[in-house]
Amino acid sequence: MRAKEVKRVRSPEDLEALRDSIVSRRDPNKPCITVCSGTGCHAYGCESVTEAFIDEVKKQEIEGKVDIKTTGCHGFCERGPITVIHPEGIFYQRVTVEDVPEIISETVVNKNIIERLLYVDPNTGQKIVYERGVPFYKKQNRLIFGNNGLIDPTSIDDYVALGGYSALSKALYDMRPEGIIDVIKASGLRGRGGGGFPTGRKWESCRRADGDVRYVVCNADEGDPGAYTDRSLLEGNPHSIIEGMIIGAYAIGSNQGFVYVRDEYPLAVRNLSVALRQAEDYGLLGEDILGSGFDFQIRINRGAGAFVSGESSALMAALEGRVGEPRAKYIHTVERGLWDRPTSLNNVETWANVPLIIERGPDWYSKIGTEKSKGTKIFSLVGRINNTGLVEVPMGITLGEIVHDIGGGIPNGKKFKAVQTGGPSGGCIPESLFDTPVDFERLTEVGSMMGSGGMIVMDEDTCMVDVAKYFLGFLEEESCGKCVPCREGIRQMYHILTDITEGRGQPGDIELLEELSRVLRDASLCALGATAPNPVLTTIRYFREEYESHIKDKRCPAGVCKELIHYSIDQDRCNGCGACLKVCPQHVISGQKKEPHTLSQDECIKCGACYEACKFDAIVIE
Amino acid sequence: MGIAKVDSIIDKYRAEPGSLTSILQDIQAEHNYLSKPALIKVSERVGLPLSQAYSLATFYKAFSLEPRGRHLISVCLGTACHVRGGVRIKEKIERDLKVHAGQTTKDKMFTLQTVNCLGCCALGPIVVIDGQYHGQATQPKVGSILKKYKKVHEGERGEAG
Repeated sequence: MRAKEVKRVRSPEDLEALRDSIVSRRDPNKPCITVCSGTGCHAYGCESVTEAFIDEVKKQEIEGKVDIKTTGCHGFCERGPITVIHPEGIFYQRVTVEDVPEIISETVVNKNIIERLLYVDPNTGQKIVYERGVPFYKKQNRLIFGNNGLIDPTSIDDYVALGGYSALSKALYDMRPEGIIDVIKASGLRGRGGGGFPTGRKWESCRRADGDVRYVVCNADEGDPGAYTDRSLLEGNPHSIIEGMIIGAYAIGSNQGFVYVRDEYPLAVRNLSVALRQAEDYGLLGEDILGSGFDFQIRINRGAGAFVSGESSALMAALEGRVGEPRAKYIHTVERGLWDRPTSLNNVETWANVPLIIERGPDWYSKIGTEKSKGTKIFSLVGRINNTGLVEVPMGITLGEIVHDIGGGIPNGKKFKAVQTGGPSGGCIPESLFDTPVDFERLTEVGSMMGSGGMIVMDEDTCMVDVAKYFLGFLEEESCGKCVPCREGIRQMYHILTDITEGRGQPGDIELLEELSRVLRDASLCALGATAPNPVLTTIRYFREEYESHIKDKRCPAGVCKELIHYSIDQDRCNGCGACLKVCPQHVISGQKKEPHTLSQDECIKCGACYEACKFDAIVIE
Repeated sequence: MGIAKVDSIIDKYRAEPGSLTSILQDIQAEHNYLSKPALIKVSERVGLPLSQAYSLATFYKAFSLEPRGRHLISVCLGTACHVRGGVRIKEKIERDLKVHAGQTTKDKMFTLQTVNCLGCCALGPIVVIDGQYHGQATQPKVGSILKKYKKVHEGERGEAG
């Protein structure tokens, strides 16, 4: 939606006047239906829900009396599609097209609550009416992510109305570039992409590096499987990232920025492109920003699918149109990065923190978090957990609080086993370390890392050797092959793990894995190889007995590794419903109706179809 | 395959060597794969050796050197989908279509690929067919979805015959 004939904002006063005019045009008491349009809700079919709202408003002839807004991700993906009715903040979950007429007539017009659409707290059985009352949100501190649910990402006016671009105005008019860097340094902000390097120091090195042309880059090549935090920020609140980048560019002395986005994120590219155009139209981006004389452009580049290209030097190579492979680290990218010019590369979430710090000051910001890790961190809490979704928590919160209090525990009464953070570079942390606070140093101490935000919960049905193999399989495929330790080391470790999971494990395999891990850590060119052993080392450290069962007893205790398990039917539990018989692709299950069935091992391919189909827990994996 | 379209894509990027990846992405989107004549054309016009275009085309997963099937099936094997049994779903589709991940069926109807995290972990395991998400996938569910697609094509073929 390109705004026609918009008035360019040429001064801080213009910006405030624009904000006033947007706010004054809006009636805070007018009902507004917001439909979450994040990736999760999209997959649940939120688009047809939105269309139904538009149609129904016409049908019930209340056009103009209610606003309908599609917003970014609210975070509670488990209960999508999510609809919130403002100004009250009534929270409806799992909304379908069929619910729409009733929501309009009952809730919007008659102000009645529809009980069946409310979220029920599984622990208390209590129905919760308002979004703020949902336990999933209670322990969160949604500084960066909170506006996602209030903003239409394709409307710059929504962002401006909530105070958007006032940090930019403050930075350009009331602060000097060095002063901005001092503020970021004092805030204690560290890189959210995983490494945790102090952002202010990075900017300072880049500003001081020799050269007349400098670049800033936003790393949106979020490659960690199980993490979609950056995606939801880009999709839901693109202006917060743009504003952060402009402030950073001004501090560093750069006139050109790049956003490198994963190809798998088309909606992020679309919303960001719209946002860039709107910011340019308003004079908040491009030439003479806010009339300050400062020029800055942002270009979007789409990645083409390579995990290693998220590494800073590899990403810069990819931006130059070359193969996105990393290079050795003795030349720092802040001195010689993109096209050999000083370049500051920061992650999406890092950029989104910047306006907030400028706006509210480093003292306020540094009060949140632990001694060395400040502010909040967004995690995607996924896997075997009741409340799947995106959570933003203050640094220092414990893993246990995230999993139990926010995540609501493990489904189906299963036993918790581990939580995995840091993607393929991270590790698996057992329940005994649940009091570990979320903090860059502490997570590294326990063998994992902060990473970019994936937090995958695993229960008793997850095999830890299989998980280690999964990550190495991922990395083997993604290794660029430039350096030998990574290319060959990961492959060999993967072979050893495959042998262990297929019953060919030998005594000494664990030690060999540890030895190879040391080589990879010390000799790899980039972090992909150097951190690749983490999933293996942490699973050996905390779940060594599972490795030993595989190697010595040729058993997979979790019942995952195909070569080491077999399926059978518990004769006492089977009531002969025939569900397993129908789905078995090999026809190895037999039995009369209402009589216990039997499963012949010979032709069984262990596909698990019967296990999934059985409603009586009669399929046993041993 | 229209080579003229390739030219217009190259023109859009003013034949800049730095835009090589973007050019190839647009060709991939247009033709569903990168053909040999297209790669030669691109390398000639941007003035880079063919080996460099080929190295990009084989490095990035988004590129394919062979035509893909009419329907692209992506099975998510991100960590969350993995711990929820995504592998079993992948194997089910492999059995049904008689291809391995990364391959295209003989009749060029389906290409099966695995992807690492689509960012809707709440719905895992996830299967995406032509951009349409099928969440909380089970083997029977995936089986009947594939059957529907096959049926449509058999119908089309019947009409054509």
